[in-house]
Amino acid sequence: MSDKDLEKVAGNGLINRRSDIDLEKVAGNGLINRRHLLGLGLAGAGSLASSSLLAADAGLNLEIPGWSKQPGANANGYGTRSRFTENIQRMSGAPNPLYPGGGASRSPLHELQGSITPNSLHFERHHAGIPDIDPAQHKLVIHGLVRQPLVFSYEDLLRYPMVSKIYFLECSGNSGSLFGPNPADGTAQSLHGLVSGAEWTGIPLSTLLDEAGVEPEARWINAVGADAASMGRSIPLNRAMDDVMLALYQNGEPVRPAQGYPMRLFVPGCEGNISVKWLTQIKLSTEPTHFRDETSKYTDTRLDRKSLQFTFPMGTKSVITSPSGKMKLERQGVYQVTGIAWSGRGSIRRVEVSADGGRSWADAMIESHQSEKALARFRIPWQWNGGSAVLQSRATDSQGNVQPSRTSLVTEKGNISTYHYHGIQSWAVNTAGDVANVYA
Amino acid sequence: MSMPNIIEKRNKLVALSLAIIALISFSSMMQAQTIGLGTPISESQLQGFDLIAPPNGSGYPDGSGTAVQGKVIFDRRCAACHAMDGSGTSGNTRLVGGNMQSAERPIRTVGSYWPHASTLFDYVRRAMPADAPKSLSGSEVYQVIAYVLFLNGIVDDSMVLNKDSIMDIDMPNKDGFIDSSQAL
Ligand code: HEC
Repeated sequence: MSDKDLEKVAGNGLINRRSDIDLEKVAGNGLINRRHLLGLGLAGAGSLASSSLLAADAGLNLEIPGWSKQPGANANGYGTRSRFTENIQRMSGAPNPLYPGGGASRSPLHELQGSITPNSLHFERHHAGIPDIDPAQHKLVIHGLVRQPLVFSYEDLLRYPMVSKIYFLECSGNSGSLFGPNPADGTAQSLHGLVSGAEWTGIPLSTLLDEAGVEPEARWINAVGADAASMGRSIPLNRAMDDVMLALYQNGEPVRPAQGYPMRLFVPGCEGNISVKWLTQIKLSTEPTHFRDETSKYTDTRLDRKSLQFTFPMGTKSVITSPSGKMKLERQGVYQVTGIAWSGRGSIRRVEVSADGGRSWADAMIESHQSEKALARFRIPWQWNGGSAVLQSRATDSQGNVQPSRTSLVTEKGNISTYHYHGIQSWAVNTAGDVANVYA
Repeated sequence: MSMPNIIEKRNKLVALSLAIIALISFSSMMQAQTIGLGTPISESQLQGFDLIAPPNGSGYPDGSGTAVQGKVIFDRRCAACHAMDGSGTSGNTRLVGGNMQSAERPIRTVGSYWPHASTLFDYVRRAMPADAPKSLSGSEVYQVIAYVLFLNGIVDDSMVLNKDSIMDIDMPNKDGFIDSSQAL
């Protein structure tokens, strides 16, 4: 704990005595100093699940359970999760015959912890379905303004030196419904689930571009995938030579088909669409291609009707994932408010939480291992005494960018385009304990 | 200077120059050591592979056609999803109409929003029809996109579209975009 925290506690001075714990209030409506995170026992802890009676109250005597009395299942070749957690699912729309293979699935943010999304729950967005690619047949071509056009096989690429980095990936359209005039009745998943975090391993793209020999007049790379839409995006060469990688592994295993198997581009911090999946072609040129997905889509029309093209970095953003939309607080008491924060322009330096709709704020605890352009997990205890509350979180990144309120974001950007939403999320808690998305 | 000293100095020199030689050969080895597993290929070998059709006119196939010809293809291959008049069947499939300067929230389509006609060629050739992408010949693509442009009032129905004439098409919103690629 830093001196600053102590000052803050002293400055606010409010100490509330409840049972045997001293809960130092650091902001209005029940926010408790984050240093109590470890100290809080179960006493006084509220429950998000259906009210669980204490064993003693229920008159139960603990016995050795059946699974402790017989050998369990054998080890096996490929893991599965507990049958009791199978309800944790991505959320996707029904298939649409008029948009074959098109659509998205959203990560269950409200049911996950930490800052890494399991591969099977990472969000997806496809424009023409998931191709079934045989890596032995797949080719990556680098051509155009290079000294020597080259073609690489998957096997070739596995022999190159690789790097591993933890990054978030967010669809440009994530949270887009919040540009709308009325707050949608949604969950953290349905409203914000087009973001995930993973460790990506691959070859720095510069290694491969250097091998082909970039001609001095080249300014752009034009990247194309091997899906049925041959999805393409143009990326400035200076960015492509920076931290962009050709990703071959995700969280340690080969990238899954839905994420681009056998290989995808990965452009850290930037709108997910430019991290072209199933990458098969990189053509260097003086000008961008102006693909459909960088003109018709993924462009941001301003209020003056001019449209910004190639708006890559994702904004400084955070979302409380618990308590969050459509959850119910069953009992009064202490809850752990937790969520994720991220920025396309750096690492997360600070997350503040408010329980009174932004009138007062307290610093949340951020896990210490934060890196650039990755999800950061934050937590702060909060005491709910059965009154109404509006929970909000506000992130600040290492460049000093502060997450804006929804009102200031929408006032500045308008809502002709609905990409790059990164306003503060407000979850209202009513006296019955129901949590809902609101504009506050 | 005593003998041992000279010898010692000479030994030091030898060691130093050996080290320098080792360093030079190591660094030249490193330079040659781009892993070098890529197989050289020529642009001509990529003609059936490279579908990139940018505004500068490179990469377009031969072939040509008019909106009159394109209507036949559109009705058969596109209308099920985009409607006979191009008004679309859902959010993403409207191909016609809109005005970027309209008082209300502008409807953005090929006609009102897209800055380049080249994008229409590039996209339809690579991605449409969505149920059978890349099944149209070069001439069929010119024809069907001529019809989409005609429905938007951008070309007349007898204009012959080909790799040269497509470069002359002025899209209504061609000055409507700002390149933000270098914004931090
Ligand atoms: C099976 C349904 C289907 C058929 C058939 C089809 N399309 Fe499409 N088309 C779509 C869908 C869905 C999209 C939006 C795709 C997306 O957003 O990823 C689309 C997008 C487009 C777009 C871009 C629209 C925009 O504003 O971004 C154009 C242009 C287009 N189609 C032209 C055609 C043409 C020309 C044909 C016939 C040769 C055709 N389509 C046939 C479903 C179809």
